[in-house]
Amino acid sequence: MEIKQAAIVGTLESSDIQISLLPNPGKGLEIQLQSVVKVQYGDAIVATITEVLESFGITDAIVDAADRGALDWVIRARMQAACCRATGTKFNWKGEDQ
Amino acid sequence: MQTAKLKRTSLYASGANPINMIQAAFYNEDCLVYDMEDSVPNAEKDTARLLIYNTVRYHRPANKYVIIRVNGIYSEYIDEDLEAAVRARPDAIRIPKVEYREEAVRICQRITEIETEAGMEVGKIEVWCNIESYLGLINAYEIATADPRIVALALGAEDFTASMKAHRTKAGMEIFYARNMLLTACRHAGIEAIDAVFSDINDPEGLKEDTALTRNLGFDGKTCVHPRQIDIVNSFFTPSEKEIKYALRVLEAVEEGKRQKKGAVTLDGSMIDKPMELRARTTLAQAEAAGIAIGGMRK
Amino acid sequence: MINAVGREIPEKIGNYVVKPYAGPREAIEAEQPVCSRRKPSKRAAAENKLMPDLKSAIQACGLKDGMTISFHHSFREGDKIIVQVLSCIKELGIKGLRFAPSAVVNIKNPSIVDFVKDGTINRIQASGICGELGDAVVDGLELSEPVILRPHGARPHAIETGDLSIDVAFIGASAADDFGNCTGQIGPNACGSLGYSFIDSTNAENVVVITDNIVPFPCVPTSISQMYVDYVVKVDEIGDPKKIGAGATRMTKNPRDLLIAQRCADIMAASRLFKDGYSFQTGAGAIPVACTNYLADYTEQAGIQASFALGGMTGAIVEMHKRGLLRSMLCSQSFDAVAARAIAEYPNIVEIDNSMYANMFNKSCALDKLNFGVLGALEVDTDFNINILTGSSGEMMGGLGGGPDVADGADISIVTLPIIRGRIPSVVDKVFTCCTPGSSVAVVVTEAGIALNPKHKNYEMLKEDLDAAGIKTVSIEYLRDMAYSLTGVPKPVETTDKITCIVEYRDGTVIDVIRQIKRD
Repeated sequence: MEIKQAAIVGTLESSDIQISLLPNPGKGLEIQLQSVVKVQYGDAIVATITEVLESFGITDAIVDAADRGALDWVIRARMQAACCRATGTKFNWKGEDQ
Repeated sequence: MQTAKLKRTSLYASGANPINMIQAAFYNEDCLVYDMEDSVPNAEKDTARLLIYNTVRYHRPANKYVIIRVNGIYSEYIDEDLEAAVRARPDAIRIPKVEYREEAVRICQRITEIETEAGMEVGKIEVWCNIESYLGLINAYEIATADPRIVALALGAEDFTASMKAHRTKAGMEIFYARNMLLTACRHAGIEAIDAVFSDINDPEGLKEDTALTRNLGFDGKTCVHPRQIDIVNSFFTPSEKEIKYALRVLEAVEEGKRQKKGAVTLDGSMIDKPMELRARTTLAQAEAAGIAIGGMRK
Repeated sequence: MINAVGREIPEKIGNYVVKPYAGPREAIEAEQPVCSRRKPSKRAAAENKLMPDLKSAIQACGLKDGMTISFHHSFREGDKIIVQVLSCIKELGIKGLRFAPSAVVNIKNPSIVDFVKDGTINRIQASGICGELGDAVVDGLELSEPVILRPHGARPHAIETGDLSIDVAFIGASAADDFGNCTGQIGPNACGSLGYSFIDSTNAENVVVITDNIVPFPCVPTSISQMYVDYVVKVDEIGDPKKIGAGATRMTKNPRDLLIAQRCADIMAASRLFKDGYSFQTGAGAIPVACTNYLADYTEQAGIQASFALGGMTGAIVEMHKRGLLRSMLCSQSFDAVAARAIAEYPNIVEIDNSMYANMFNKSCALDKLNFGVLGALEVDTDFNINILTGSSGEMMGGLGGGPDVADGADISIVTLPIIRGRIPSVVDKVFTCCTPGSSVAVVVTEAGIALNPKHKNYEMLKEDLDAAGIKTVSIEYLRDMAYSLTGVPKPVETTDKITCIVEYRDGTVIDVIRQIKRD
């Protein structure tokens, strides 16, 4: 999917993450992460961000993430919301039906 | 064995606030209500919905009765809210401001459709209807019996008093009739009745007085506005020794009836029906939650 | 070698010969007499004790390169004495000092790091090194030997055995007379108890009292006597009263902290030791203050009175005394302004020597009589070992304080902490730094549950009491699993081989070391 507009989701409160998702046509994925727990969880956070981008079929994007110690599923939810907003689509609720 | 899930206290956690959602799992409330409605600004409905979906579907707290409150049935958000809320697999969905039986029927049908579509067990998700206007109150019994999914009505006092042109007071005479009316409907329908909040979080004495009334009128539980209210409210739902002993006798009679393969079971000359049995189980669950050791009944 | 809490420690760290922690009550008592550098002679005639400025006092003490200087930390982050003294020493060109305060508080502009970098200080010993200094040390700040961190009870012991020999003790006081009688209880910058400095005053070779408030002789009350004081110096300001503690520590509104505090008070009230004459120590911070308030209510409901509160004091404990629910307060430290001033106001609130409070090698210490000790922690592991120094990224986050002493001394030690902080789990497989051995920890209280330590000496008694009160408990492994299920398992922090800090236990043995954090 293509990013139609820049989207910002989440806050800079403790236990949250603020994600800015920007178009990056033809240049692949660029993920910048600032995190208070980068030493312990940096790799895990980037993996979650990448996984959500893949599930939306987004191949070109700049992700700027400011993490304040968000738990994994908060990051996932924020990222999904950012993808929906940036691509102008609704979340595919049927996607996770068994 | 069917276990009675306690519904003494319901605590709201806003879908707009991840830290509240995480922390809410650790307090002693029986029911945790993840909120998509009033506590979430319109601009954040999409993010709250995803946060609640991910939390409830993949990280739901253990030992809680998990509820999702969706947006109003005439709002632009309700369709997607239901798509997300049903698939998140909570114990119940709480519907704001229900006024007519048909509204409840429609929402329950929609839940069934989504359950079917998603390959889920149909009918498993329960529904709580919030009664927060005089119309809802007048139709309370009709709403309570609209669908087998509906297991509780909850009184919303702030909106109700507004619809009545009444003034909200601490003593609560303005909602006294509504409380009784709602209870009457619930009792006749055989479902649970949840009382309105006590709004002043800095008045524990007031909360105690209000909760004593909640309990004495016959309510099964109460909605809390702050974690600090939970332990106080729970403490009012601790059964007496007499009630515990009676509950034990009811269940013994039921067990005995099962052993003897009897259809109908009686105790002290009166028949034990399903609601009586459930009430007995609730009494024992309340006793256990209050830390009362019951001989032979503890798991 | 591996010590009794399973930590890998070298036998020698530079010139420091390691005595490994060998287990509870395995401490070796010293046979030689107490070491003191105090001389039965005077440096100055009584009427000449008051010096015109810091520089002349430092010179009069004969401070030279490589000597040891000490301070107390009772002015907390409002301290203005340490920087003035160190700046003066720097101007005098004296270098390579050993800096041995009771604790290093976070002083900025200049910070202690600046005095290390310019060579004024090259060795440090304290109960904790919070703030800029701590961060710099774990990142490999150049010192000539690792920092030695000792709990409050171990510092007086190290002084009395001669392991910590003090050349000049600088004692800040909020009131003093020209003969050196001084106190922290009165004056505009009152900090309360001077309990940490008693041992310095009796054992250092030189004692300098520094105040901004000279009072007519005699200074009443007197905390430290003129008989130990060589010089008195008046400076313009000894501290910032706002940072020393403006009022009583307020009751928190954070529901999570209130819940933990309530659970902690529930446990104390359920114990059979909660009876007339019981004793407790709660400490500073949001949870302890709330816990004190709940405990006061339980005490009132039970119609009993506690005999004493111990250690660091807060306004909440003073309030309990005023309500008649607590007979006496033994203050080694005052955490807020209400507690600081209360010593002078109430006869049963008394200032005590930190050594009397926590030093296990005394003929006896007050901790030997303590029923309940409430402790904070950064991390606890499944062996109940406690980390109160380092965050999980290895950064210096706290000090030892009296934590290890209280855990060991109290009949029932209760560790309170949230199960996660942001994404950082607090209950883990193995703490990053072991400060307090798990064997001395009776209970861990989190918002997600209460875990009893089956290996604690009073486990059976406590388990029985909690069961009788209907208080549910879980295993420590359950809490760890709960924490990890929320946060995921953190990637371990990598360290180099360089040891930056040696962590001593209250018996003077080495319980752990802190190694330098590896940075990319």
